[in-house]
Amino acid sequence: MKEQLLSILEKNSRIGINELAVLLGKEEIEVANEIKKLEEERVICGYHTLIDWEKTSLEKVTALIEVRVTLQRGQGFDKIAQRIYNYPEVKSVYLISGGFDLMVTLEEKSLKEIAAFVSDKLSTLDNVLSTGTHFILKKYKDHGTILDKIEEDSREVVTP
Amino acid sequence: MRDFLSERVKGIKPSGIRKFFDIVSEMKDAISLGVGEPDFETPWHIRDEGIYAFEKGKTFYTSNSGLLPLREEISKYIIRTQGVKYNPKTEILVTVGGSEAIDIGLRALLNNGDEVIIPQPSYVSYAPCSYLAGGKNVYINLKSENDFRLMPEELKNAITEKTKVLILPYPNNPTGAIMEKSDLEKIAKIIIDNDIFVISDEIYSELTFKGKHTSIVSFEGLKDRTLLINGFSKSYAMTGWRLGYCCGPEELIQQMTKIHQYAIMCAPTISQYAAVEALKNGEDDVKMMRESYNQRRRFLMNSFKKMNLECFEPYGAFYVFPCIKEFGMTSEEFATRFLQEEKVAAVPGTAFGDSGEGYLRISYAYSLEKLKISMERLEKFINKLRA
Repeated sequence: MKEQLLSILEKNSRIGINELAVLLGKEEIEVANEIKKLEEERVICGYHTLIDWEKTSLEKVTALIEVRVTLQRGQGFDKIAQRIYNYPEVKSVYLISGGFDLMVTLEEKSLKEIAAFVSDKLSTLDNVLSTGTHFILKKYKDHGTILDKIEEDSREVVTP
Repeated sequence: MRDFLSERVKGIKPSGIRKFFDIVSEMKDAISLGVGEPDFETPWHIRDEGIYAFEKGKTFYTSNSGLLPLREEISKYIIRTQGVKYNPKTEILVTVGGSEAIDIGLRALLNNGDEVIIPQPSYVSYAPCSYLAGGKNVYINLKSENDFRLMPEELKNAITEKTKVLILPYPNNPTGAIMEKSDLEKIAKIIIDNDIFVISDEIYSELTFKGKHTSIVSFEGLKDRTLLINGFSKSYAMTGWRLGYCCGPEELIQQMTKIHQYAIMCAPTISQYAAVEALKNGEDDVKMMRESYNQRRRFLMNSFKKMNLECFEPYGAFYVFPCIKEFGMTSEEFATRFLQEEKVAAVPGTAFGDSGEGYLRISYAYSLEKLKISMERLEKFINKLRA
């Protein structure tokens, strides 16, 4: 049940326990307990809404920043990542294999603010060797959802 | 002017679905639950392989039997799922959908007057294809109390000395019924005892929600007397690619290949390349779609239970087949009124044989959102009828 439950919730976190129980063919209490357990284990870490901010009047600029770091004795990546992810404007931090070490997603109101964050806060950290900033110009697909897709049924209305 | 038309073809009744289709098409804002194909688009990696085949210039005929690499993948698939080995060179034919295999299979098997046993309700093409091939159709009216399975007694009673072919349509369209291993065991014995040939239409085999699908060919002695039909339409959501296949004894496949080569030449080349990818790397997609259908199936069964509408629990395909006898209307009347009054289209059971009278085929190849709205409307409709 766990895998199916998670894949339903990942697509629709607003679904009710009673409906989940029907879809999974389980009792409501079983589903509720399973969700509680998954929340406690931090398998389920939150319930978010996917918003296309471009369609609102709010100004938002998102940048992906490649960060190369240097490790010091007794200080792994986790410590540096923590220094970075504690900033609320940082939306995500991933440890990456390949040409750089950390991929940081930053969301701000303007280009200027992003530039300021990179030069004043990020680059000045002792462990940071270099950064490369990429601004996002347009989001096509996010969290598995194509943002501008219009659902249409192109099938014939009745077929055998 | 003379009447140039064939008396034989004029003798075929037009499909009951067609009539209903015309009414639904006129109603622009109706929700249709009448579709017999997946709502998923073909998984992208399969489409991508099709595009790649185009780019590479794979725009020519293939061999009559189909691309050998595809037949090899089909062979592996049947070994994987049923533990039965078909020789890709001599015992497998790639066809234009499962439908072509039904047609040419019957043509290659039947002489005038041979009896063909067709359990109904079932897919619409068996009876006319058999009739066109000179077969005499003998129908078995499957019963709701048996969950629309074919019962050994029913089969025995239908057999005469002229019986040549049994059509075995499971998982079933329109009822959603399946035949489990224990059900097939008894049927297999009767088939051998009476020296009958089987056409097993297993196009919905991947959409089984209770254990894994068992094919009749997995029983001792049945491989030599069965034409196994399957395809890519339902399992990989590839209806528009028009690609199916059949496996059977070499002698039969040889005869079928003659008809196929004169009538068709070969199945669409691009589709065949895409299908190789489907069989090699499509298992996760099938699993995802199956889980999604299963959730919708449970949703519908739960809705029927809540509105107290009788429906046996189907474990296959993507149809449910609720009983509407309590309303004292024919299936066609019910479906027509439901469409006109609540703007939801479901196909009358009678489109799949007389024994579909009193039932409605509801397809759940639709999003949960659409199914929810439809069930609200169905509840409203039957409450009105019950009042």
